[in-house]
Amino acid sequence: MSAASTAEAPAYVAKTKAGRITDFVDERVGGSGILREFGRKVFPDHWSFMFGEVALYSFVILLLSGTFLTFFFDPSMAETHYDGSFTGLQNVEMSVAYSSSLDISFDVRGGLFMRQVHHWAALLFVASIAVHMLRVFFTGAFRKPRELNWVVGGVLLILAMAAGFTGYSLPDDLLSGNGLRIIDGVIKSIPVIGTYISFFLFGGEFPGTVIIGRLYMLHILLVPALILLMIVLHLFMVVVHKHTQYPGPGRNDGNVVGYPLGPVYAAKAGGFFFIVFGVIALMAAFFTINPIWNYGPYDPSPVSAGTQPDWYIGFVDGALRLMPGVIGDFHFEYVIFGYVLTLNVLLPALVPAGILFTVMFMYPWIERWITKDNREHHVLDRPRNAPTRTAIGMAGFTWYCVMWAAAGSDLIATHFNVSLNDVTYWLRALFFIGPVLAFIVTKRVALALQRKDREIALHGRETGRIVRLPHGEFIEVHAPLDEYKRYKLVGFESPAPLPAVPNEHGIVTRKEKRRAALSKLFFEDRVAPATPAELEAAHGHHGPHEAVEAADEQRSLTH
Amino acid sequence: MKALSQKRRHPLAAIALLLMGLLVTGGLYAVATTMNQAKASTTNFTEQDTEEGGKLFAANCATCHGMGAGGTQDGPSLVGVGAASVDFQVGTGRMPMQMNGPQAQEKPVQFNEEQTRQLAAYVASLGPGPSIPEAGLLDEKGNAAEGGELFRVNCAMCHNAAAAGGALTRGKYAPPLAGVSGQHIYEAMATGPQNMPVFNDANISPEGKRDIITYLKQIENNGSPGGADLGALGPVAEGLFVWIAGLGVIIAFTIWLTSRTS
Repeated sequence: MSAASTAEAPAYVAKTKAGRITDFVDERVGGSGILREFGRKVFPDHWSFMFGEVALYSFVILLLSGTFLTFFFDPSMAETHYDGSFTGLQNVEMSVAYSSSLDISFDVRGGLFMRQVHHWAALLFVASIAVHMLRVFFTGAFRKPRELNWVVGGVLLILAMAAGFTGYSLPDDLLSGNGLRIIDGVIKSIPVIGTYISFFLFGGEFPGTVIIGRLYMLHILLVPALILLMIVLHLFMVVVHKHTQYPGPGRNDGNVVGYPLGPVYAAKAGGFFFIVFGVIALMAAFFTINPIWNYGPYDPSPVSAGTQPDWYIGFVDGALRLMPGVIGDFHFEYVIFGYVLTLNVLLPALVPAGILFTVMFMYPWIERWITKDNREHHVLDRPRNAPTRTAIGMAGFTWYCVMWAAAGSDLIATHFNVSLNDVTYWLRALFFIGPVLAFIVTKRVALALQRKDREIALHGRETGRIVRLPHGEFIEVHAPLDEYKRYKLVGFESPAPLPAVPNEHGIVTRKEKRRAALSKLFFEDRVAPATPAELEAAHGHHGPHEAVEAADEQRSLTH
Repeated sequence: MKALSQKRRHPLAAIALLLMGLLVTGGLYAVATTMNQAKASTTNFTEQDTEEGGKLFAANCATCHGMGAGGTQDGPSLVGVGAASVDFQVGTGRMPMQMNGPQAQEKPVQFNEEQTRQLAAYVASLGPGPSIPEAGLLDEKGNAAEGGELFRVNCAMCHNAAAAGGALTRGKYAPPLAGVSGQHIYEAMATGPQNMPVFNDANISPEGKRDIITYLKQIENNGSPGGADLGALGPVAEGLFVWIAGLGVIIAFTIWLTSRTS
């Protein structure tokens, strides 16, 4: 029966040759089904949603420009004498790796441009990942169901830093060698196993003759493969979870308001790739990056002033610079059973980065535990509407920035005509005080903005028009908001602190008490959104403002 | 030989040996230090130069350095610093010093060439010291590659590998070297102004100094092959640029791309 019906159905034959070929392919790979599914995926439109895209496009550019560079780069540490067109290093003894990097810069057509494209794209890659993660954090996009994707994103950040650092070391110039030497020092400061790891990594005593080749393999094979894998996972989860959206009229946790991928969004995204490519190409064409010819070949003896890592490793370098060698008579270096424990290298190199990444990875679970919020969230928070989270984020960001600034302490000293020692002392103080100040200030600012929102929602926008009433009173006319704008100001949740509750045995556990204390810290100070009744009261009768304001005082439980 | 070995237990043998040893070490030391010793001024200063320089010195420098340049609490003695030191310090405007501080700041030059020469003549007349280098050492025709190596080993730790300058402790700094004349670079190496160490002729030979000047002038004149050098300050400038300019332009584009919807 079915066989007969298929035989009788008139077979579809496309009119044009192109159509017939398309039909042939489609019948075999089911492209139209995929296109129907993905082409209808809706993406909300907001500029802050595009940093992940920037990172993705930078990565594509990195793959393309990197492939070009592999054609000409030779990761050998064999000794040679430079014999290329750059006269400043003529006949200088150097490694083949450095010599081939110089050849890429001066003797390969378009080589310098490609090197600069690669390096600028790398800086932009990590920067866009960082901004993307800040956006995700401050808008609460990491909440259920996206916790795992947040972790994948964090892994991508670490991998991007690893890719950057392995690449930074490849040209074997003085700057990159100094960077490697610091890494070697940090590895060696790890108790007991440090020296073994260092000798394993460098194939003997630093610098040895194998490290560039090994880093090259990591840089072009392992790390990019892992990044690619993580990107696939990341995007897969984006498709599964659908995209988040900012709060607005008609938007809720059950829908996505935006434009379908095809055709408009796909065209925009495709165009955006070329914009990112264009920006990177312009930077590469007009601005020098990593002028390896200035630094000369690596030699363990000289260390140039202004030796810094690329920006994304800067915070670790800064932490190292901030660490005092001794405090008064207190030393940080001990000899235990013949092993040297160098805390003044180990602590700054590993602890701040460890704390930052641990808190970053765990934050979705920490917040879920405190709020007991197990619902799915697809509508984002405006940062001001989650004051404590925003404050925590700013505290972490400030801490990072203090360490980051410390990596440029010498340049701050020379460019602002201040003493290098004073810069270090100030940054040391800010290392401890900065996050606390940032937390307090950010929380107050967020709460103040919420109060302002509430005020505008209830009483409208100040027009600056002063009217004198017949009996002599002056009032300022407030223009009411339209409903769409008002929704943005009132449509958010403001959770109250959750007190500790006993478990099934009727016991309030110590852990639950801690959770309740944290919940209090999070939500004790809060500004409730204006309720419909309050709005009604405010807009129903324009005369007695006082009654509403008195109600405000009561309802907005602040302090 | 036999006579000598027989006398080896002579009471005076130890003294003779000691004397001989002292003579040899002293002689070797004298030979070694003449390499480091500043040569007497080769520039021909006239009697009149010295005389005029003395007057200028008394009017402008003696307040701190003392009459006769013997030094006071406010300024060091200048006996034996040589003409090169005066030419550098006065020729770059560092002296007369604007104010006390971690180090003398460069500022607009206060004396014209003639006056600087006269001051140099006066100070050179007080005692032998490094002289103003001959033109042959400043012709910028040395070996730039070797100069670069010398620069990286001896100078880059303070002045930065691209000679962009760097910070020292407590407000002191190594200035950028772009725009500094070869003569002043040479004099700075020979005399060690401010916090700079002296690189004497045994440390870096005059030819080595010539190579360094050649290298510095080459990187200054060749410009940056890769485009604008962002101050040649390394990764910090690059990071700042990518965050502000790179991301800034991209954010502008993202706002533009999403401005015509919803």
